[in-house]
Amino acid sequence: MTIPAILAENLGRTFGDKVAIKNVNLKIPSGEVYGLLGPNGAGKSTIVRILCTLLMPTQGRARVAGYDVATDPMAVRLRIGAALQSTAIDGLQTGREMLALQAQLYGISSGVAQKRIAELEALVDLGKDFDKRVSTYSGGMKRRLDIAIAMLHRPPMLFLDEPTTGLDPRSRQQMWDEVRRLNKELGVTILLTTQYLEEADSLAHRIGIINDGGVVSEGSPRELKRLVRDDIVVANVQGDAVAVESRLADIRGVKSLTVTGDRIEARVSDGAQAIGSVAIGIQQAGLTLNDITLRTPTLDDVFMELTGAHMNKEVGHEPVR
Amino acid sequence: MSLSADASPGVATNVDAERFGVDPELRPRDQSFIRDVLIIARRSIRQLPREPEAVFPALLIPVFFMAVNIGSLEKLTESALAIDYKAFQLPVGIVFAVTGISRGASLVADLNSGYFDRLLMTPVSRLALLIGTMAADFVLVALMTLPVLCLGFIVGVGFHNGVLGFLVFVGISALWGMVFPGFTYAIAFKTASPAAVASATILFFPFAFLTTTFLPKDQLNGTLDAVATVNPVTYILEALRSLLTEDWNMSAIGPALLAIGVVGILSIGLALTALKGRVSRN
Repeated sequence: MTIPAILAENLGRTFGDKVAIKNVNLKIPSGEVYGLLGPNGAGKSTIVRILCTLLMPTQGRARVAGYDVATDPMAVRLRIGAALQSTAIDGLQTGREMLALQAQLYGISSGVAQKRIAELEALVDLGKDFDKRVSTYSGGMKRRLDIAIAMLHRPPMLFLDEPTTGLDPRSRQQMWDEVRRLNKELGVTILLTTQYLEEADSLAHRIGIINDGGVVSEGSPRELKRLVRDDIVVANVQGDAVAVESRLADIRGVKSLTVTGDRIEARVSDGAQAIGSVAIGIQQAGLTLNDITLRTPTLDDVFMELTGAHMNKEVGHEPVR
Repeated sequence: MSLSADASPGVATNVDAERFGVDPELRPRDQSFIRDVLIIARRSIRQLPREPEAVFPALLIPVFFMAVNIGSLEKLTESALAIDYKAFQLPVGIVFAVTGISRGASLVADLNSGYFDRLLMTPVSRLALLIGTMAADFVLVALMTLPVLCLGFIVGVGFHNGVLGFLVFVGISALWGMVFPGFTYAIAFKTASPAAVASATILFFPFAFLTTTFLPKDQLNGTLDAVATVNPVTYILEALRSLLTEDWNMSAIGPALLAIGVVGILSIGLALTALKGRVSRN
């Protein structure tokens, strides 16, 4: 029998009068990396906490690994690992001690635990720091340890809530590599939440875009980008672009325009044909054109298309090379 | 809108129910409640020497009080009341040392770091998360009595009932020191606030001073005597003093155990209620 790894039907959760999530439907097959993409406060963590049995839904139902999170939470817990938004570590313990404690809590025998810890030691790549207190670790080291702890009991499903928030580019790349390895080599089904477009694009087989507590669209990154049928012309200019925005909007072929400081983004139906007109139009509007490029839609454009707003600006999030 | 309900290319296949089987090396059903308690307690005990700043102030305060009280009142009380004031004050030092010290701050750190959530996602018994921590408190406060007792020995206080008396003395102290922090844990589970937990020590002041801290009960005035009568610390002090100066006196030890029981039911009950609220998933 084929059962989805995660099945959510009309899932909802309120806190008093505040609706955190509403009518969320998810069907995630085994072996998939599924990304929940949305800005802060969209409801991503609430969904994860319900699926991890830490929170009860107030509406609908959810099944993880075939078990209902509300009525059979223990069966779910034995089959999931999770690294939640805050790195769940005990600074007074060493990395080795934390793994050993986790093994004890799952009733794993000492011999098996030692073997697994030795295997995970390579994964966490902490060197001599493995036997130092966790409070001395960097953010990346803590995150790697966090995931190793989540995987110690070899769950078939892993929840990662914003796994790379606050990490430097190198640590983020390591995290991405590990997510891919867990999925490809071990077949682990992974649900990850992120507010980073690049992360969802790079890691997820399918993405659910979440906004205001609801999933507004779902599909592979390529499928989602196809929702935006236009090309995007991006121009960096000198001069007061905002002042001449209405003139720029009249450029032939431009369907819509976004001006942010000295950056102009024009949505056009045929980029190759329109880029010349846009360049000329900008100069005719009295602006100096520094550079102009044509790009295909990103997930941010998809988010804009679906919600009418951009995702949160990714402050401090340097691109991974 | 849903664009694709099925797995995309590149997704691992082999989709069947067996994929969600539990790791055969896991033995969660073999885990007894006692084992869970021991695992949690061991972790808490391992933290103790790594947080000396949480322990040493709790030792300095009773030593300070003992020195000041004995220094200022010993001559007066020994001449007026004919009591061994050092033996009278040693239990006060012990009760000051063991009351209110707990792993409450550590629990709050777990709640705020998300580590408590990680524990909740394991098969561990929820009750063991509290009882295990309290078991660690028992060990902690039993250890805390030793330096204060050593000080007592140095100034000439001895145990009237030998080694067994010593063990009962430490046991009563540790039991009291274990149950009283239940109030702190209730506050920790309810608020997850370090400030609220730190201020919980204020709770101890009425218990500590509205009793026979300085003078025997028959020397207290009417109001203070009445308050001391319902203060459980009065009975703890009486029992500990009796173990230092008298033959076995069950009329002193019995009420102390009863007081510990009553406070324990109240404090642990509150802590359990707060724990239940914390893990209710509501």
